[in-house]
Amino acid sequence: MKHIISILMENEAGALSRVAGLFSARAYNIESLTVAPTEDATLSRMTIVTSGSDEVIEQIIKQLNKLIDVVKVLDLNDGRFIERELMLVKVKATGPFRDEMKRMCDIFRGRIIDVADGSYTIELTGSGSKLDAFLEALDNAAILETVRTGASGIGRGDRILKL
Amino acid sequence: MEISGAEIVIRCLHEENVKFVFGYPGGAVLNIYDAIFTQDKFKHILVRHEQAAVHAADAYARATGDVGVALVTSGPGATNAITGIATAYMDSIPLVVISGQVPTPAIGLDAFQEVDMIGITRPCVKHNFLVKDIKDIATTMKKAFFIAATGRPGPVVVDIPKDITAQLANFEYPKSVELRSYTPILKGHSGQIKKAIKLMLDAKRPMIYAGGGVVLGDASGELIKIAQRLGFPVTNTLMGLGGYPATDKQFVGMLGMHGTLEANMAMQDCDVLVAIGARFDDRVIGNPEHFFNKNRTIIHIDVDPSSISKRVKVDVPIVGHVQSVLTEMNELLDAETRAPDAVALKAWWTQIEEWRGRNCLSYNRNSEIIKPQYVIEKLWEVTKGDAYVTSDVGQHQMWAAQYYKFDKPRRWINSGGLGTMGVGLPYAMGVQFADPTAQVACVTGEGSIQMNIQELSTCKQFHLPIKVILLNNRYLGMVRQWQQFFYENRYSESYMDSLPDFVKLAESYGHVGMNIEKPGDVEGALTEAFNLKDRFVFMNFLTDQNENVFPMVPNGKGLSEIILAEEL
Repeated sequence: MKHIISILMENEAGALSRVAGLFSARAYNIESLTVAPTEDATLSRMTIVTSGSDEVIEQIIKQLNKLIDVVKVLDLNDGRFIERELMLVKVKATGPFRDEMKRMCDIFRGRIIDVADGSYTIELTGSGSKLDAFLEALDNAAILETVRTGASGIGRGDRILKL
Repeated sequence: MEISGAEIVIRCLHEENVKFVFGYPGGAVLNIYDAIFTQDKFKHILVRHEQAAVHAADAYARATGDVGVALVTSGPGATNAITGIATAYMDSIPLVVISGQVPTPAIGLDAFQEVDMIGITRPCVKHNFLVKDIKDIATTMKKAFFIAATGRPGPVVVDIPKDITAQLANFEYPKSVELRSYTPILKGHSGQIKKAIKLMLDAKRPMIYAGGGVVLGDASGELIKIAQRLGFPVTNTLMGLGGYPATDKQFVGMLGMHGTLEANMAMQDCDVLVAIGARFDDRVIGNPEHFFNKNRTIIHIDVDPSSISKRVKVDVPIVGHVQSVLTEMNELLDAETRAPDAVALKAWWTQIEEWRGRNCLSYNRNSEIIKPQYVIEKLWEVTKGDAYVTSDVGQHQMWAAQYYKFDKPRRWINSGGLGTMGVGLPYAMGVQFADPTAQVACVTGEGSIQMNIQELSTCKQFHLPIKVILLNNRYLGMVRQWQQFFYENRYSESYMDSLPDFVKLAESYGHVGMNIEKPGDVEGALTEAFNLKDRFVFMNFLTDQNENVFPMVPNGKGLSEIILAEEL
């Protein structure tokens, strides 16, 4: 099953490689990984999307907690949470595609952030599955380039991951 | 007053009361070695290869419980240390390894003797640090010792660029250190401990399975107390030997791949299993699916939460320091009115004695060729069971574990997790430095001993009266055994040809060498060697080439699928 794991860690050189190294050394999956500093400059927040049996996820959480640089770990799937990912897609916008792309972008509540003679660049945010759905809805031949940030997640309501 | 970074490193080691630093100099650590030259609070032990420096520091830590310290230069010095670091990591040994690094401005430029030590060691250390500012040396060193020694212990690498050790700064050693991201749990959950006590008192076929955590956590006394008051059988893992006295009647021997029949059968058939500082390693429980063919309730005490339910799902996990948890258990039992079920326990012991009666460690005592088991038995007798025994890895290691009855913790020093050939001699060095007057025996094979044979020179320099017990069967014995069993006798590259004359080799370093070729000479030679109290003695025992290690649970099989020697 897919899990989104949030990690607060020391904002130090090498901390990212400790986490990435742990996943590869123990053969855990990483679907996506994002990391950036938080409002507290000494801390980074990482979001990892992974998958595995309950036993594997339990081990992942324990092994993450064991890393000295890791301050806190939260499996967002243990409660209610919101997941968002940002995607930029460059699509063909020539002939019939030009109107079609604008329409699809509107349906998925994306924004066209760059317009060129032959292409649009569309910005879209949402859950990973919404972004997948958008890509599926497009004619594959129309997609020139995609770039995705990987998921970020946050607990709903009072679920707060903070020191 | 400002002092150099190198002097700060040395002062940190003084503050940590370090007595020995095992190391090897080189370009990137010249500043540190210059600072060592003018101090005498710790002794620097010059080894002949950096791998041996880390192994010796590791053994020092195993024997004393203190943090071992090694010092190596950058590049090849650092990479040579890796096997030692990985060995210590797998067995949870507290170490601080200081490595030199090229000067800060040269990092990343493929400088001479540059290697990314932080990157290379990341998967085999508890933590590592690159010191990029002289002001950070003292706090980093303090953190390194703290992390190495607490929680589940392990090696910590401190990588220090050469320019940092040359700069000047004031020195102040922090009294304590706090890491918001690292707070090891000491005390076990009281509710879980009570639950465990109840299960133990209700058990019909209880079993205590104690590992290296008991030795490392200095919990041997508490283990003996709880086991003896309850009357439960006890088995030790390879790493746990000595954690419970082997000559006690409740001890059923080591368990696992080469464990005793009684230990493995009791492990399989028990109804309540108390795992203490052990991790259900693949060499211990064999095939996990087979292990669960029988139902049992498992209580697991370990300081490392990630060791719990890793290979085997447990029922009552207790995260905490084994000594603290066992103490609390003993206190609860002091106040307890109930006692274990005497009738059930008696029936259980009858069953265990039946297994024990099979005498699974018997071997041919009438052989005209020296049997390796016999050498270990005699070693135990001659040293009155009170030696430190280090070993290398292979058949000799298993025989030492099976036939030397360790009654005290920290006496059996071997590479359990990583299985590193070549540790034996440097381990013996570390132990002899820790306890200069102790009897130290290095049980080894002709394959393993040649992996760090250069340390005969270090032993000469420091007059270490180690006794090397070489069980020489001219084969990489464990490899040959597997080839015999599982590869239809195709002994691919397992014959050790062109061996040196070990007696002459030892003598060339100024040591005493002995060849022992007949069973009748074994005891006399051992006695003679151990009477040479101030000499290093290299004993070359020509042993039976065809002897195999039994019992054996073949790879992938279950504990009760154990094979005894008599069955082949």
